[in-house]
Amino acid sequence: MQTEIIIAGFGGQGILFAGQLIAYAAMDSGKNVTWIPSYGPEMRGGTANCTVIVADEEIGAPTVRNPRAAMVFNLPSFDKYEPLVVPEGVLIVNKSLVDREYERDDLITVMIPANEIAESLGEKRLTNMVMLGALLEHLPVLSIDAIENALSQHLPERHKHLLPLNSKALLEGAQFAREAFAPIK
Amino acid sequence: MMDAPAQVVYKRPESLTATPTTYCPGCTHGIAHRLIAEVLDEMGIQEISIGVAPVGCSVFAYNFFDCDFVEAAHGRAPAMATGIKRVLPERIVFTYQGDGDLASIGMAEIMHAAGRGENITVIFINNAVYGMTGGQMAPTTLPGQKTTSSPYGRDVEQHGYPLRMAEALATMDGTGYSVRRSLHDPKHIRLAKKAIRMAFEVQKRGLGFSIVELLSSCPTNWGLSVQESLKYIEERMVPVYPLEDFKVNPALIGVKV
Amino acid sequence: MARELLVGNRAMAEAAVRAGVQAYFGYPITPQTELLEWMSKRMPELGRAFLQAESEVAAINMVYGAACTGVRVMSSSSSPGVSLMMEGISYIAGTELPVVLIDVMRGGPGLGNIAPSQGDYNQIVHGGGHGDYFPIVLAPSSVQEAIDFTVLAFDLAEKYRSLVFVLADGNIGQMMEPAELPPMQPVDRPIPDWAVRGSLGRERRILSSIYIRPEDEEVTNLRLIERARTIEANEVRYKEYYLDDAEIVVIGFGTAGRVAFSAVREARSKGIRAGLLRPITLNPFPSKVIAELAANAQAMLVVEMNSGQMLDDVVRYTTGQVPIEFYGRMGGVVPFQDEILTEIQRLAHQTPALGIDPRENWLRQMKERLN
Repeated sequence: MQTEIIIAGFGGQGILFAGQLIAYAAMDSGKNVTWIPSYGPEMRGGTANCTVIVADEEIGAPTVRNPRAAMVFNLPSFDKYEPLVVPEGVLIVNKSLVDREYERDDLITVMIPANEIAESLGEKRLTNMVMLGALLEHLPVLSIDAIENALSQHLPERHKHLLPLNSKALLEGAQFAREAFAPIK
Repeated sequence: MMDAPAQVVYKRPESLTATPTTYCPGCTHGIAHRLIAEVLDEMGIQEISIGVAPVGCSVFAYNFFDCDFVEAAHGRAPAMATGIKRVLPERIVFTYQGDGDLASIGMAEIMHAAGRGENITVIFINNAVYGMTGGQMAPTTLPGQKTTSSPYGRDVEQHGYPLRMAEALATMDGTGYSVRRSLHDPKHIRLAKKAIRMAFEVQKRGLGFSIVELLSSCPTNWGLSVQESLKYIEERMVPVYPLEDFKVNPALIGVKV
Repeated sequence: MARELLVGNRAMAEAAVRAGVQAYFGYPITPQTELLEWMSKRMPELGRAFLQAESEVAAINMVYGAACTGVRVMSSSSSPGVSLMMEGISYIAGTELPVVLIDVMRGGPGLGNIAPSQGDYNQIVHGGGHGDYFPIVLAPSSVQEAIDFTVLAFDLAEKYRSLVFVLADGNIGQMMEPAELPPMQPVDRPIPDWAVRGSLGRERRILSSIYIRPEDEEVTNLRLIERARTIEANEVRYKEYYLDDAEIVVIGFGTAGRVAFSAVREARSKGIRAGLLRPITLNPFPSKVIAELAANAQAMLVVEMNSGQMLDDVVRYTTGQVPIEFYGRMGGVVPFQDEILTEIQRLAHQTPALGIDPRENWLRQMKERLN
């Protein structure tokens, strides 16, 4: 069993860290995992994306053409990855930063206003956690508990006070995704 | 006539091996070697010194010094010396480089070694010509000087101007000692030895990068006799390359050698 | 030791630290820079030498000097930087010094790009510097292997007084995987009897790559080739996957090898008897096992992230026994699993004729792709 997740958006949206959290949680759950960024000339606010693969068996290719799931944080990433997710896969879209509807009806799609939800929690840097909560609701590769555990282990010390808020963001994301998603047609 | 008791007034320094010279007749490399060896002896540092030989006429310098030696790639002696000194900071590490090696192909390495204040000593032989390859133009070749690759004389419009390394290296904050001396007569040779001693004292005291530039002769490639060559240094080179102290760390004031 | 989630570049750096590296000299270049950055933090806190050199030329010559003192030393770079190091690499080989170098390859030639590539195979495996010399070359395909092979590189360098490369690529350097670091080894290792550290209490020593009499250089050349043969007898390493009954044998190293592994596994799930040989030592090359596989396979497929540099070695050692095809992506493009699977399926359905040009099919595909 192997699950591939692509996370994409702008730099500064916590894209790479969200991927690393999945990787930490997968490792702590005894699974195999790879995390690989698309590295490029450094530019603040430029595009950022990473691929995370979680598997029970040995992982070969660390990048895939067609992921099982995509978490897209902005319109260019939405445009790029919506067509690439495998049929019956999961697509989580940050509705706050896209101005179009989804097109695929063979995916579980969640259009989630992640920025607004994060802001309502008083911390807009939690957008990635809201998105991650939504993803895990429909991609049962890891539990929210495992992510929370990874957060408490790997959140930088100076951000540790934000742990409860991070958990809240994960749960709000999950709850939104449970209530409002487009099922596979 | 009475037999005077035998007295040794001149002998080979301990730090020189009994290897016959391979330098051309009249070349001043041998003098420079001897001065360094005398300094190693006098300071008692022969057994803790590591020399770095260059590429050029003195590529076989390691044959003449009775101390540990390595052989660098062309121009890279300061980098190699840096690698040794960083692992063995208590050892005395010196390079011996010619003008093509230091001022042309090795310009980056020498400038950055000085810039870092690398605690090494550099003996720089400036004879204004590439000797080993047969007398081509060097970065220190004088304006108008004929060489096998500047047969019409060094035209500064075409080939640029001679580089004054002792002056340039003196501008570096990391340099503790940068002077120029000459090997064209006994008086200047004595002064050169004092400068070499001072450069090693700089290293021993941890005062940073030290360099002695030595104006040297190359009778073979200059096409001059030995006497004419020494005169050439005095009359032609010294006006272009003044014999001065360009930088002396104030901590050295009062150090008698 | 517990598994940690580690990024390849830092993992290699820390592995070197724990293997007892006493001096590191390098220059920043993507996608290798995190290795240098980690060293800049770790080496001083352990009282060891770290220096960011003015260029790769200087860095390799600092390594050269430091290696003369008989301690464990290394540098790391990426393709264009490694090109600059070739001078020092040849001198180090000629002086027979143990040195570890890590090349985190990127797309080329020229400035190319910073994406993962395997375009340095020939430069590293078959020389690059002047003269006859034979470095040991280890090709990791995961963060764990990057760690293990870095440690192994120091051991082999010391054992054979040889230059050892860890030939990684941008993916290995930038990827995070759970991996286990080795225990910290003491840095106080025995100093070899050839080291130059000052002649206190012994005869002076000279380390040089000069043998001015051609007859003497030839003796050295012979010693180097004999050493390479000893290394070949003792140190060939590779990994086999599904090879026992394989009809289609895929060969690939590093990142290309692990993508090929995915494709081979999928081919197996579709009932195709495919297997994978993943060379770990590119020098010494696993020529014997490749020759044996060639005797029994229906077809071979070499997969690389270059234009077929290792392919030429595979062809050399299979001596026309088996049809060989090639699939490569270049310029920093990493092949996807499905591309390799398509090739395996094609070979399984129709065995190509012996004596074909192994690049012909691939070149046709590449042209179609670009049109």
